[in-house]
Amino acid sequence: MVSVLKKYEEEYGITITFSVENEPLGTAGPLALAREVLGKDDSPFFVLNSDVTCEYPFNEMVEFHKAHGGEGTILATKVEEPSKYGVIVTKPNSTMIDRFVEKPVEFVGNRINAGIYIFNPAILDRIEVKPTSIEQEVFPAMARDNQLHKLDLEGFWMDIGQPKDFLTGTCLYLSYLAKKTPELLVSPSENYVHGGNVLIHPTAKIGFGCKIGPNVTIGPNVVVGDGVRLQRCVIMEGVHLKSHACVKNSIVGWHSSVGSWSRLDGVTVLGDDVHVADEVYVNGAFVLPHKSISSNIPEPKVVM
Amino acid sequence: MNKAVILVGGPSRATRFRPLSMNLPQPLFPVGGKPILWHQIKALSQVPDMKEIILLGLFETHVFSKFLDQCSEEFPHIRFSYLREYSVLGTAGGLFHFRDQIKAGKPKNIFLLYTDICSSFPLRELLERHESGEAIGTIMVKKISRDLAKRYGCVVPDEEKKMALHYVDKPETYISDLASTGVYIFTNEIFDHIDKILAARADELEKLPKKAFHDDFDRTQDSLMLESDVLPNLASNKKLGLYITQDFWRQIKTAASAVPANGLYLNSAKQEIPGYCAEGKEGGPEIVGAVYIHPSAVVDPSAKIGPNVSIHAKSHIGAGVRIKDAIILDNVIIKDNAAIINAIVGWGGKIGRWSRVEGNPDNGDEKTDQVTSSGVKIDSICILGQDITVSDEAFVRNSIVLPHKHISSDIHNEIIM
Repeated sequence: MVSVLKKYEEEYGITITFSVENEPLGTAGPLALAREVLGKDDSPFFVLNSDVTCEYPFNEMVEFHKAHGGEGTILATKVEEPSKYGVIVTKPNSTMIDRFVEKPVEFVGNRINAGIYIFNPAILDRIEVKPTSIEQEVFPAMARDNQLHKLDLEGFWMDIGQPKDFLTGTCLYLSYLAKKTPELLVSPSENYVHGGNVLIHPTAKIGFGCKIGPNVTIGPNVVVGDGVRLQRCVIMEGVHLKSHACVKNSIVGWHSSVGSWSRLDGVTVLGDDVHVADEVYVNGAFVLPHKSISSNIPEPKVVM
Repeated sequence: MNKAVILVGGPSRATRFRPLSMNLPQPLFPVGGKPILWHQIKALSQVPDMKEIILLGLFETHVFSKFLDQCSEEFPHIRFSYLREYSVLGTAGGLFHFRDQIKAGKPKNIFLLYTDICSSFPLRELLERHESGEAIGTIMVKKISRDLAKRYGCVVPDEEKKMALHYVDKPETYISDLASTGVYIFTNEIFDHIDKILAARADELEKLPKKAFHDDFDRTQDSLMLESDVLPNLASNKKLGLYITQDFWRQIKTAASAVPANGLYLNSAKQEIPGYCAEGKEGGPEIVGAVYIHPSAVVDPSAKIGPNVSIHAKSHIGAGVRIKDAIILDNVIIKDNAAIINAIVGWGGKIGRWSRVEGNPDNGDEKTDQVTSSGVKIDSICILGQDITVSDEAFVRNSIVLPHKHISSDIHNEIIM
């Protein structure tokens, strides 16, 4: 992970520091553990759960946060069924959070915690280095002290912790790019692009007669053979998709390969360095790293 | 001179060959690039002094007329005819009914073959064994696995393995692992022997009280089966010889079994008939193992074909297509990057780009029918009947599709009617 992120330091001119928990500290404890980094000056810091995706309105968050002057801001997303989540209730005609209602039976609102925050370093005084939940323990206390505000997130939001949701989140993010910065995507006029929402790293090679899209991402140094069909899938760095393969609704992990005329579908996930032989059908398999698949997997299963 | 009779069955008996038999009678279905019957006729045509081949069955007469005309041209030294049974007489009953035509010209040996088998047909060896002894009939047998024995007619051999001591059709318990292959030679005396069996049966009936004459008995009297009535009798009279073939043989009972039969015939043709099978050459298409491509079929140079594939007349195989263990019938169009594995694609089929038609491999004679969650039994091989369209990127897996359907999304383990 360190080596992967090193590249981003250079690419974006930022410093990335790793703070490693030796024991699980919950969702708040790790902030106290990183106190020296986070609290070295008075500037506010962002906290993100890594398994969510959205439009990331960071600038708007900073402005809003500075304007209200409280200790923390929670990004809040709209959900269809608030009864499944913890709903944020604000004071009347205010962005200030009054309380959280866990799995409300009656409708009290439809905004929930999107897992993205901005805090003043003062929050660190509320947390000790021990297993602590930011949602259950820290936020209710901040709300009582009138220090917590909510900013409504517009557009999409997706928890992408599960492979199925990761694919959906990818589709949402690509649709967002298509609207906001279409120049980052491959032009829909490219002859192999079908239905748009196709993101291909410049170092990837695409063969002749392919049909790619909608909703496909292709990472660095990927080699796609001739006549390959890709739809609603994520192809990680260094993958080789051989000629005439067909990959749909799947995630192909780093440096894996998929043989000629093989077909992946049904939320198949290939880990790092997995090799699928020619002409094999894989449906909904969850394949651990360094495995070889040489015969059909017609029903979903874990390959370990 | 020698004669041969091929028992071709009838339309009602070929139901297991559906949906392919809906368009073509099973005996004319092509395996190894030629009709099932052709392989038998070809083998019979090479028997010394073979003069006449008679097809015997319940199909309407016109069904075989064109095919037999072609055979007359290809094998001019042989006379072909079709004899139609109008009621079910049983395998030996039909033979006996037409005994005058069969005996005409006093043939020395009468070959008898079932049509639903594929084999190298080592008929010279069988004839040699038959003529070396005093048998009225000689049966070709094949050693099979013990577990499968009860599905066949089983023969207990003598010590020299030249004569049958005992014959039982589909025994409930294990008796022998030598199975009847449906290939026989009889001398003319077989008709006298059948006559004796019928006379004995009539005597039995005479002795029975009158009330025993109900429908079942009448039918039993009319219908005489080679396997249950004649062969056991010959064996117990020490008049049944046997010849054990070491070469390939298997039944073609179901449509699915046409795929392995196709593979067996193609592999044999690749050895025996120079130029019959396609050869891979510079500029493609890539050919793996034994493949037959009809001269009027067009295969894109970037396709990969084989092993065990037959591609029939006027079919068109697109770029980057993969076909293995499959039969592609006439006028089929397979578009770019599609894959056809363990399957039969019926006449006029259209398979879309990146589509996949795949069955499970057929495990020889093992029982491969499976019961799906919906309770439907499905042959292992994927079979598309006539005029089936499969949309781009759709997957047809382990399914049977009846004629004139359009498959627009993935189907697994289904029978589409």
